[in-house]
Amino acid sequence: MHVLPYPVAAYIFLTGCYGLATSRNLIHAVGCLAVCQSATYVLLLAVGYRDGGTAPVFSDMKPGSRPLVDPVVQALTLTDVVVGATVTALLLALVLQIAKRHGTVDPDELRELRG
Amino acid sequence: MNRLRLWLLAVGGAGLAALLVAACLDLPGFGGSRHPYGDRAVRAALSRHTANTIASVNFDQRAYDTLGEMSILFAAVLGCVVLLREARDEHRARPEPADVARPVRRYALLVLPVALVTGLYVIAHGQLSPGGGFQGGVVAATALHLLYLGADYHALERVRPLGVYETTDALAVSSYLVLGAAGILAGTAFLANTLLPYGTFNTLSSGGTVPLLNAAIGMEVASAVVVLLAHFLDQAVEIEEEHGRGTP
Amino acid sequence: MSDALIVVVLLLVAGSATAAVAQRDPARQALVLSFLGVLLAALFTVLQAPDVGLSQLAVGSALTPLLIMLSVRKIRRRGRSEEEDG
Repeated sequence: MHVLPYPVAAYIFLTGCYGLATSRNLIHAVGCLAVCQSATYVLLLAVGYRDGGTAPVFSDMKPGSRPLVDPVVQALTLTDVVVGATVTALLLALVLQIAKRHGTVDPDELRELRG
Repeated sequence: MNRLRLWLLAVGGAGLAALLVAACLDLPGFGGSRHPYGDRAVRAALSRHTANTIASVNFDQRAYDTLGEMSILFAAVLGCVVLLREARDEHRARPEPADVARPVRRYALLVLPVALVTGLYVIAHGQLSPGGGFQGGVVAATALHLLYLGADYHALERVRPLGVYETTDALAVSSYLVLGAAGILAGTAFLANTLLPYGTFNTLSSGGTVPLLNAAIGMEVASAVVVLLAHFLDQAVEIEEEHGRGTP
Repeated sequence: MSDALIVVVLLLVAGSATAAVAQRDPARQALVLSFLGVLLAALFTVLQAPDVGLSQLAVGSALTPLLIMLSVRKIRRRGRSEEEDG
């Protein structure tokens, strides 16, 4: 149990990479990139976890009464979740432009068009 | 060619996997009790009367980092607006109003105000309880689009003057910058949280500038998501390409 | 107890990530991604990160799949109108 979450994060990342490299559809590739992103969230939050810890929010808890998990990695992940979604949107907009210009979203066909 | 690419992927993936596993085994164990940065962040948040430590990290201790994240968000939305605008060889076709099943319509219109208020609540209580501008902004903006499910696209377009949201987005970004610059004028540093009194712990106005920066981010994220979804919806529902290149 | 819960949710996340990559049809992939988003939100809550869980729930299970669906619809509509053109 001691290091299990880290290899799981690595596995999710590599799975996403495999999908990216073998994808036949650019929209599918963007989805795979979202899977890669979620691997980093899992890794960051796993690094910050503490056994028996609780969330570092004091609205209903006295400070110092319980061990806390790491708030720094949570703040990093939190901003990236939202910013990552807008970057996904930008990639999808690029895919729509490619579909308009070249009439296909298959990366292999796109390569043939250029060559 | 294709087989070569798969081989290359397999070799590279195996190498990366080996390195990652080696790195994982060297990391401090999962659930360990040593979190030096976390402990210091909690102490700093408490000293500035911010009940939600994560809001304190985002909008006080690492406010400069959030400025960077916000610029990425703004630039990404700007890019989408430019890429998805109506081109010269396209025209808008009015979509026919579709029939919505009554239960769907009733449910969507019932849930819409609840979801909208929840989003605003989550933004407003960011410095106290889990939540904040990033989450509440997304909730409020997506809640607005229940109108598309419950009524139709015209109804959504009427309550969503796009120019207003684009302006709000830019205003929110500049208000974040102005709040940061106010720190310099007050004689300390950019985005330093010394401008306002820290207030009573665990009340809405506690935390100095944290609630204000949080509100600016909430406004920015909400209007950014509305603008993004509006352009994607326009592309998917309204904008069509001109056909028959030979005809005049 | 909570350890067992974390392990179960972690394995579920890994499983649905695999499913999201293996599903080659983008419209169906969007559905799997939204399921993955819900599972990730559950994992983050179990890891005592309610803030992150909340934003993952809003973004991962609603916003990203919706954007992917809209893109798929746009591209399908293009394909159809080009066929009509001959």
